[in-house]
This record gives sequence, C-alpha cells and structure tokens, in this order.
Amino acid sequence: MTVQELPGAGASHRPTPPPAWRPRTDAAPLLPDAEPYRVLGTPAADRLDPALMRRCYAELVRGRRYNAQATALTKQGRLAVYPSTVGQEACEIAAALVLEEQDWLFPSYRDTLAAVARGLDPVQALTLLRGDWHTGYDPREHRIAPLSTPLATQLPHAVGLAHAARLRGDDVVALAMVGDGGTSEGDFHEALNFAAVWQAPVVFLVQNNGFAISVPLAKQTAAPTLAHKAVGYGMPGRLVDGNDIAAMHEVLTEAVRRARAGGGPTLIEAVTYRMEAHTNADDATRYRGDAEVEAWKAHDPVELLERELTARGILDEAGIQEARDEAETMAASLREGMNADPVLDPMDLFAHVYAEQTGRLREQAALLRAELDAEGDA
Amino acid sequence: MTTVAEKSARAAGKPATMAQALTRAMRDAMAEDPTVHVMGEDVGALGGVFRITDGLAKEFGEDRCTDTPLAEAGILGAAVGMAMYGLRPVVEMQFDAFAYPAFEQLISHVAKMRNRTRGAMPLPITIRVPYGGGIGGVEHHCDSSEAYYLATPGLHVVTPATVEDAYGLLRASIASDDPVVFLEPKRLYWSKADWSPQAPAAVPGIGKALVRRAGTSATLITYGPSLPVCLEAAEAAREEGWDLEVVDLRSLVPFDEDTVVESVRRTGRAVVVHEAAGFGGPGAEIAARVTERCFHHLEAPVLRVTGFDIPYPPPMLEKYHLPGVDRILDTVARLQWEN
Repeated sequence: MTVQELPGAGASHRPTPPPAWRPRTDAAPLLPDAEPYRVLGTPAADRLDPALMRRCYAELVRGRRYNAQATALTKQGRLAVYPSTVGQEACEIAAALVLEEQDWLFPSYRDTLAAVARGLDPVQALTLLRGDWHTGYDPREHRIAPLSTPLATQLPHAVGLAHAARLRGDDVVALAMVGDGGTSEGDFHEALNFAAVWQAPVVFLVQNNGFAISVPLAKQTAAPTLAHKAVGYGMPGRLVDGNDIAAMHEVLTEAVRRARAGGGPTLIEAVTYRMEAHTNADDATRYRGDAEVEAWKAHDPVELLERELTARGILDEAGIQEARDEAETMAASLREGMNADPVLDPMDLFAHVYAEQTGRLREQAALLRAELDAEGDA
Repeated sequence: MTTVAEKSARAAGKPATMAQALTRAMRDAMAEDPTVHVMGEDVGALGGVFRITDGLAKEFGEDRCTDTPLAEAGILGAAVGMAMYGLRPVVEMQFDAFAYPAFEQLISHVAKMRNRTRGAMPLPITIRVPYGGGIGGVEHHCDSSEAYYLATPGLHVVTPATVEDAYGLLRASIASDDPVVFLEPKRLYWSKADWSPQAPAAVPGIGKALVRRAGTSATLITYGPSLPVCLEAAEAAREEGWDLEVVDLRSLVPFDEDTVVESVRRTGRAVVVHEAAGFGGPGAEIAARVTERCFHHLEAPVLRVTGFDIPYPPPMLEKYHLPGVDRILDTVARLQWEN
C-alpha cells in the first residue's frame, strides 16, 4: 500500500493546514555521484602532479610490500594476527598523505598501513597485533589515535577531538577510518550526527572493501551507497574509486580543505576490495568466488597507477626499481624489528591502570612480584 | 531526627541542597580551569532535568556547557576525543539506565585508554550518573548500576551522601587524571545542610571512607542513598540496646578497606547495606574482603541488606524493595549469632 492509497490520503479533512515546514538543508548538493569518482584512465588524469604521483607510487609499492611482510610474519608466528589491506593500499596511503602534521588520524584495527604511511615506525604500529602491548606508540606524539578494535567507536573520538581543537582555536582536522561493516554500528550514526550538528572539522573515510569478515555489503545495508548515508546527517557524501589513488587524494584533499575552512564534516565512501581474507584466521573461499577476486585483480591500485604514470612518462623503469628497493629496505628493517623478542616487564600489568595505584593493585602487584621472585629462585 | 546533611553542616554556612553543592562544584571547577567542559542532553538552557547544571551555560557559554544530541555513546565518545585533546569533560548521563548505551565507550575506551597507551593518554573524564530509587520514577529511571562500574578496572567510582561530599568529591573527580563515574543519589538531591564551599582539599577525596556515626555493637557499611537510612536505623537501634557504627564508603573504587576493617575489628559484627541487587552486588565483594581480613574478630557472619535481585520495581512497589530501617534492624538482630 502506498501513501496515496492510505485511507483518508488526499482527503480534505484537515481543519487547518499544518504550520509551514521546510527542510533544514537542501539535500541535492549533499548527494553522492551515481558512479565512484575516478581520475586514472580518464581525461582528469591530465592534471596529475608528477611529483605527488611519484610519491604516491613509492608509498603504494611500500604499502604492498608492508602487507606482504606482515602476512609473512603472521605465518612465522611473529604476529598473532594481521588484517591485510592488500588491494586497499590506495585508501590507506591517501588518508595519510592528505593530513598536515597537526592533524589527527583515527584508524581502525585494519589501518596499520595508514599509520605507517603517516610516519609511524612499522614495528610500533604492529605491537597490538604482535601482542606485547595494546598500543605501541604515544598517540599525542604522532597524532594517531590507538588502532580501534571495537567497530566505529573511534569515530566519536575523532569528532570530540576535532571539536575540542576548534574550541581552542587550533587548526586541526581529524580523519577517521572505518569499514563497511562499521557503518552499521550505532557509534557510526552518533559520530556522524554529532559531527554535522557541531560542524566539526572531521572527515569520515569508509573503506567499502566488500565484506565485513564474511558478510557482503548487500547484507549489511539497503542504502543505495554508503555515501548516501551522509545526506541524512546533513553533510556531503562522496563516492570514490578506492583503488584510484589520484581520485582518493583529490577527494580527501577537498574534504580536508572544507573541514579546515569551517565547512564541516564529509562522508567519503571508497569503493575497494579486500584481496585477502579478513585475517589469517579466516577462510575467504567459503563466502566468495575466484571470479570476483580475479575481476578486482585487474583493478589493482598499484598497477593502475603504474600504468598511468609510465604511459605519461612520469615514471620509468628506474623509478619503479627505486620504489621497489625502498620497499625492500623497509621490509628488511620490519623483519629485523619484529624478529627481536620484545622485552616485557610483567610488573607493567599494574603500571598503567590508574594514575595512582589502588591498595588492591598494590596487593596484587606484590603477589606477582613474589611469584616472579620464586620463579627466579627456582 | 537530624538528617545526614544536617549533621555535616558547618555552623558558618548557609542552607544548601546537594543539588546546589553539585552545581557549585562544577561552577568553581569551570571558573578555575578553562579546560573543564560540561556536556550532555539538556544541560544548557534547561540546566539539566534535575537542574544540576543550572546557570552554567549562561555563565560560561554554550561552548563550555554544551547541549548535545540525544545519544549517550556519542556524548561519552565525543568526551573521549575532547579529553584526548587536553580538555576535562564532565558528562551528564541524566538517568542511571540512560547510561547503558554508552557502556561500550565506557568499558572499551574510557576505562582502558591510559592502560592501552602505557600511560601516554590518560582520560580525565567525569561521568555524572544520577542513580538509585526512592523518587517514584518510572521504569529505567531508578537503577542502581554501580556493580557494572565496579567490575571495570580503570574506572574510579564515587558516590556522595552529604552536601559537603557532593561538592568535595565532585571537585576531586573533576581534578582527577583518571575517569571517574560519579554516582549521584538522586533522592538526596534535595537534602539540605548548612554549608559553605570549602577548599576542595578540606574534604577527604576519592578513596577515603568516613565513620559517620561511632558505635560499638556492629558496623553498618553503606554509601550514597542508603547512608541516611542507616543513620536512622542506628538511632532506632539504640532503643534495642544496640550502638551501631556507620561507615560511609564514599568511594567504591578505590575501596577504603582499612577504614572498614578497622571498624569491624572493633565492633566484631558487620552489615553491608545498599540498594543495588545483592547477587554479585558491591556488598558481596565488601563482605568477602571483610571476612578475609576480620575472620578472627567476627562474632557473626557478615550480612547484607540489599535491594532484591529483581529488575527495579514500579514506583508504587519500590518501598517494598528498597532497604529500609526495619529490614536493617531485623538483620542487625540476626547478628546475635549463638551457634
């Protein structure tokens, strides 16, 4: 039954007309384009900045190598788990590159690569996954929030931080990353709503990589696109090809610029694909076919850029080799760092629960101390 | 009978309610420290549904006392980000049961941020939660949710029972570099005392229990809304020949074991009294600790008087649920352990 068919619809039984109502915002400019925005392989690529693109290429190659190395470390038992971003490197790299030094990144558990691309030491970025401490770096020093394992809960943090910075008159933008599954969480909604109401300088980057572990997007949402969700909050939604780093860089730069200028938040949906399983604990063959994976291989973010840049003479064999060599150096240093056994102090269990230890914790620390001493004597 | 608030009154003070003392605590903290921000649903123009934030938006502006969208996870989540940037948010949760949507933020982030960052990023957030019954509130407005908070390492949990403590403990909570769940016994909001704000240091801070009434026969261990009930019970017990000591915990985390243990060792008998459900409630933990440390001094098992293990009842039945003077006295009578 449509509204028109409802009993009484259209009948003139209203004694008085309702008070005038008008929407708060014109929805049209907020709506995303029907197709993901692309630059590579389109006429828009004529305006590529060669220096920036060479940097993007080097970072992509490094990111791909980082993924491979981290996955290898998992197989060697050096990492408890690693959620790969193979296929999504363009999103990760672009997110890191568009931020100024004073800006903040709010990554999810999958976004170690974005943190590394922002300058975080690759070993520090992996301590959570290695298991020696939850966050291996000082978030304030790097302006990178702890990698968030609960889904979407870091998004309201980004809003609060950006809001606080603006209250203090500081020029700070927060970029918060979340996956397609995370958009179903309540915190996603609350964060976007707060950001829009407060006009907070935040950019929300959704990496739609097709699956939340095994659940495909079609079972995650009935929205036309995830970018459409922006309209309901009163912020612009942008749909972008997440494998096209030039498009990613452009769209993110524009959103960061808007936020910095006081224009409020933006929701960006990057359409990409997770080429590997959710983590090493997952079997992707149970929920998706080879044909789909193969189709995405043809749209690989590294090759996409490499093809464009070599065709335009921006990148040559020497440049490619240089990027690969750099990536190998990073991988070697990561291997070396991860192969060294971390030195752990069990008493750290009690060191950072409260500013001042409670009596209860002092008692328990003494118990562990005694156990350790007994172990040492044995 | 004199109320607790009256007992703690200062001769030179003026009559004040607990609500006014709480407001004053936030006002003074905001005036002294520009990083203190109050936020929550209705805290601005309305001054909160209990008027605890009355006048703050007017005095400090909407940027310092902010009406947020109606979303508890969003409120607390945004406060986390604000604290990450160096502010000291004071968050109002309006009613006990309304705080539940924020539990993931509270437990997964607020309580753990210092720990997961090895001390690099402490979160000085005060979460004000009006809690408990006795005001005739409808469903979801009268929960005693303290056990949930107690079970979460990384949080401090405090609850004032007097006008003086409302001010002193809230000042201490806002000044704390750790997150504090500040439980406000809403049925004591309108309790009055002659009071004038002291320097925050003049009132014992977080982690100190106080003997509110000295006695020799047994110790009543309580906090928040049950303190006045216990003091009334102690007065009534005199007719039975019992001289009851009453300890106000004030702070559930950290738990001031020493003050409690010292009292129970002296009286040899103890009853824990609270509104929250008994099974898995704070009293279970307290009774266990008292038993561990006072076993040879005890003349009887440690007993508990708590709310029943039921969802909070409808307002017309709450008087049967809440620990009252008679139930406390009947339990005290059971302390005359013969065999």
